Amino acid sequence: MNIIVCVKHVPDATADRQFEGDGTVDRVGVDGLLSELDEYAVEQALQLKEKADGDVEVTALCVGPEKAADAVRKALQMGVDKGIHVSDEAIAGSDYAATSLVLAKAVEKAGTETPVDLVVCGMASTDGVGSVIPAMLAERLSLPQVTMASVIESQGDQVRIKRDGDTATEVIGATMPLVLSVTDQSGEARYPSFKGIMAAKKKPVETWSLSDIGVDAGEVGLSVAWTHVEDTTERPPRSQGEVVKDEDGSGAGALTDFLASKKFI
Amino acid sequence: MSEVLVLVDHVDGAVRKPTYELLTIAARLGEPSAVFIGPSAQGAEVAEKVKKYGAQKVYVVDDTEIKGYLVAPKAEALQQLAEKTSPAAILIPSSVEGKEIGARLAIKIGSGLITDAVDVEDGGVTTQSVFAGNYTVKSKVTQGTPIITVKPNSAAPQEAEGAGTVEEFAATISDVAKTAKIVASQPRKSSGRPELNEAAIVVAGGRGTGGDFAPVEGLADALGGAVGASRAAVDSGWIAHTFQIGQTGKTVSPQLYIAAGISGAIQHRAGMQTSKTIIAVNKDEEAPIFELVDFGVVGDLKSVLPTATEKVTERKG
Ligand SMILES: Cc1cc2nc3c(=O)[nH]c(=O)nc-3n(C[C@H](O)[C@H](O)[C@H](O)COP(=O)(O)OP(=O)(O)OC[C@H]3O[C@@H](n4cnc5c(N)ncnc54)[C@H](O)[C@@H]3O)c2cc1C
Ligand SMILES: Nc1ncnc2c1ncn2[C@@H]1O[C@H](COP(=O)(O)O)[C@@H](O)[C@H]1O
Repeated sequence: MNIIVCVKHVPDATADRQFEGDGTVDRVGVDGLLSELDEYAVEQALQLKEKADGDVEVTALCVGPEKAADAVRKALQMGVDKGIHVSDEAIAGSDYAATSLVLAKAVEKAGTETPVDLVVCGMASTDGVGSVIPAMLAERLSLPQVTMASVIESQGDQVRIKRDGDTATEVIGATMPLVLSVTDQSGEARYPSFKGIMAAKKKPVETWSLSDIGVDAGEVGLSVAWTHVEDTTERPPRSQGEVVKDEDGSGAGALTDFLASKKFI
Repeated sequence: MSEVLVLVDHVDGAVRKPTYELLTIAARLGEPSAVFIGPSAQGAEVAEKVKKYGAQKVYVVDDTEIKGYLVAPKAEALQQLAEKTSPAAILIPSSVEGKEIGARLAIKIGSGLITDAVDVEDGGVTTQSVFAGNYTVKSKVTQGTPIITVKPNSAAPQEAEGAGTVEEFAATISDVAKTAKIVASQPRKSSGRPELNEAAIVVAGGRGTGGDFAPVEGLADALGGAVGASRAAVDSGWIAHTFQIGQTGKTVSPQLYIAAGISGAIQHRAGMQTSKTIIAVNKDEEAPIFELVDFGVVGDLKSVLPTATEKVTERKG
């Protein structure tokens, strides 16, 4: 079985994330890492490999600038077998549509020898939080999408997932090949072991440019994006209001007074 | 004036509030048309509801061939409707399902997609709240028909008399769209409290509750609010995931948010930082949640909340 897991390199959510003047995310000024939500995707891909009967190869696929190779390396340390890093200056500033195009073309190329059975994604990237790339990939690759999975079961080429929706909990079923996305409810992701970190150094990573995957530079990047950021503004920090210490039950009274003063009672 | 398609948000034909918000926004961009994907027998009833919020046309797409599958058939139906009507924009509720429908549709019709808008001005400029609510971004679709997914509570629904003319639309669903089957579906039981997304008041509990949500629920009920939770509380199995607030849960922006026993991690803030008024009750005066509050109590929620609940109930008389 050939599994591709899509991993994104994102600015650290706990740092001061910022925008560039052109409305793109600052990917230089803030340290980047493998999107935490994609660790769950890596974990599920590895579990599928461990549970499968036959031979399974798991490949981490990342589209992003040079530094994004770190995300691939982390996935290798966690246990994936090899990495593909698609990097090209022309990709900078790409929107969802272009990113999904590059990912789809890379998945196609990755499947030239052994067809891809599963494309596993995270539920969202922690910077864009779109939760749309998996559906776009499914659309571009004409594959079924089984997305936002909290529980994944597979038997042969059949996959069943549990999806906790807004109004219902659903069980979705489909036949491979398919695009799967997993939520942070799917189970803790493993930490790289010392052995895993050492082994990762010897694992193969291929770097592909746009021409390697047959995408024209004019199809991607900021200048041809289908959406345009007009303006970004930092929200003024909230100013801290009164904080009281609860002594002998005074806290509840003060709280109630505050609620009343704001007309919530 | 061009039509603006609004995908009706409904559960078994019961129209949900975000639909009216979207119709209100649609009127800023053109002539609102509602798209109801459901049993055609319910079309007339839905039309009665949505015309009160300005829907001129109501496209009824029978879902016999659609309902057993995940999102792809709905995207196909919208594609065909978009080809027929050449709308000025397509507005979709920003749920998990809505965003995925928008994603597929965007690729199908080669149009730009903006997700999680909290406002849309005339001219189609959208506002989004990003980076855990730390930034406000204004954007515009520059290619094709703008597809915008809009978060609940982004506009106050405004009543407006629309014609509500029902038009049956027969969509042709391809076989490739029918490959992800809904094998089983279990509707979520209502808690009897307001919906988290829609509530004006939210009282949320975290690890500090120690697993006992009664004080949180008590205060929520006294204030007529919804109950929410941090991921730590959800992960501990104390409360269902649908109540989680934050990056991987729901984003809420109520008039009043009360965080009890929640430290205020960035991923939690992402879901509540834009609330109008924020209150925290926490034992630890160093808890980062206090940086955000309009009012805070350093104390044990197990005593502060029940006493406050009593006092609130008393005042209400
Ligand atoms: C990728 C990712 C996504 C995430 N998504 C989310 C998300 O969507 N939502 C979310 O909430 N978190 C999310 N998290 C987790 C987040 O980082 C925090 O771990 C989580 O929010 C902590 O929950 P908490 O505040 O309840 O627990 P803690 O951080 O443990 O805080 C508990 C607080 O309760 C206080 N306390 C204890 N006892 C009492 C008492 N008796 N009375 C009053 N106060 C008391 C303590 O002082 C402490 O401040 C995510 C994390 C990651 C990595
Ligand atoms: N540049 C990228 N490289 C690799 N995978 C990506 C990239 N962008 C998005 N993804 C995948 O798509 C998922 C959803 O991303 P998004 O739609 O941006 O929220 C992520 O969790 C990743 O698995």
